[in-house]
Amino acid sequence: MAKIIVVTSGKGGVGKTTTSASFATGLALRGHKTVVIDFDVGLRNLDLIMGCERRVVFDFVNVITKEANLKQALIKDKRIDNLYVLAASQTRDKDALSQAGVGRVLEELSEDFEYIICDSPAGIEKGALMAMYYADEAVVVTNPEVSSVRDSDRVLGILASKTQRAEKGERVKEHLVLTRYVPSRVAEGEMLSVEDVCEILAIDLLGVIPESEDVLNASNSGVPVVLNEESKPGLAYGDMVDRFLGEDRPHRFLEAEKKGFLNRLLGK
Amino acid sequence: MPDFSAQTAATDAVEFKGRMLTLSVLKLNSADLNQTEPALAAKVQRAADFFRNMPVLLDVAVDGIDLPPLVEMLRRYGLVPVAVFQPSAAVATQAAQAGLGVINDPKAARKAEATVAESSAESASAQPITAAAPPAKAARNATKVVSDPVRSGQQVYARGGDLVVLGAVSPGAEVLADGNIHVYGALRGRALAGVQGDESARIFCRELSAELVSVAGCYKISEDINAKLAGRAAQIFLEGERLEIAPL
Repeated sequence: MAKIIVVTSGKGGVGKTTTSASFATGLALRGHKTVVIDFDVGLRNLDLIMGCERRVVFDFVNVITKEANLKQALIKDKRIDNLYVLAASQTRDKDALSQAGVGRVLEELSEDFEYIICDSPAGIEKGALMAMYYADEAVVVTNPEVSSVRDSDRVLGILASKTQRAEKGERVKEHLVLTRYVPSRVAEGEMLSVEDVCEILAIDLLGVIPESEDVLNASNSGVPVVLNEESKPGLAYGDMVDRFLGEDRPHRFLEAEKKGFLNRLLGK
Repeated sequence: MPDFSAQTAATDAVEFKGRMLTLSVLKLNSADLNQTEPALAAKVQRAADFFRNMPVLLDVAVDGIDLPPLVEMLRRYGLVPVAVFQPSAAVATQAAQAGLGVINDPKAARKAEATVAESSAESASAQPITAAAPPAKAARNATKVVSDPVRSGQQVYARGGDLVVLGAVSPGAEVLADGNIHVYGALRGRALAGVQGDESARIFCRELSAELVSVAGCYKISEDINAKLAGRAAQIFLEGERLEIAPL
């Protein structure tokens, strides 16, 4: 049986899709057969970040409506063996997702995959509820600012009440990934610290991803940032995947770098 | 019905237990559904989450009520009618047909028993009566204990009793109780104690950063809370008409 993990946040633009792409890629790199599904029907992005937008023929909605089978819709990643993408439909809306249909597709995928990553749309409406309903675990992506933290708190409440596990009286295991972290701004008191966010949300911290232009560059070129092992966010996502798989990795990139005399002189 | 007599019954598979619980009573002052429905709709709309799947005991205070359409209407509003309180014989028959229970006031029943006992004692002349009064249990409503954090957008209500929250109450969350409220994490949302009007109710918290605190309808918003008490352990209670906040 596959483990179903939803990547969610409530607020938009915090890095759900970036996190889904790097998380799925990282799991596949470590030898686990993984599929990542875009639940953002109508606003599909995951295929761009994964660099497979030109190869989408059939999508998630086609499989739900039985216009195509899974084999036709799953896009195999060209770089990594164990990695597959199920794209969202751009021409439909969230109403195309039915709970029974989503359940059937996930069940079918479960037979073949170790991990199913569900990239949730923003908000707490149907698309997001569908993405989380069947989840065994949840990765909550949060930015270190109050509105994002509050939205994540709301989503945590929904995870504890509106998922299949909640209906059965079980728990969805929750993990926090803090993205776009800028240690120097935290030091200046302009940004919430890791400790602040953890205190408010009170869930297990899976990773802290530093803000970096490498993330935007990676998105633009369709290469999940975790594959860039020379970038801080790439390394941080790698650590996050290792921690998820039960390895002990200290958190990195939490302290502001001290600027050297020469760098300060050159304004770097 | 299947015949189980031949099987060796595992007698502990089911247990009957007595339990003291509070149950909301819906008192019907009108038999006319055209009057009760809009009134009910207005009440339910104010706090849909409270009423959703709430079991209710029907107290029919008027004559000539037709139970089946009433029950159907209540279910449509998310209420779960479980029984009828001291119904007339006609309503009791309807209740049985609708699958509802019939509950009679235990005090009234006890009084009736006592009179029966007395009269039979008289007839049996001078037989000592050991008044089998049931042990007087203090009516105590269960405290609701919440061990998970109360998240933004969640609402927790301890109906008829106290509420204990072991974790934090987030901004945008709301905790309510008919009795006292204790919060052992940080209180950052809203806390309303004594919502049914109990003026002796109090709120206790280890870290006061509430958006709003209220006791029996008297409230203070965070702006009005003394900044010296912010983030500290405090209790909130009514002193006459004034809402007092004191450090613990």
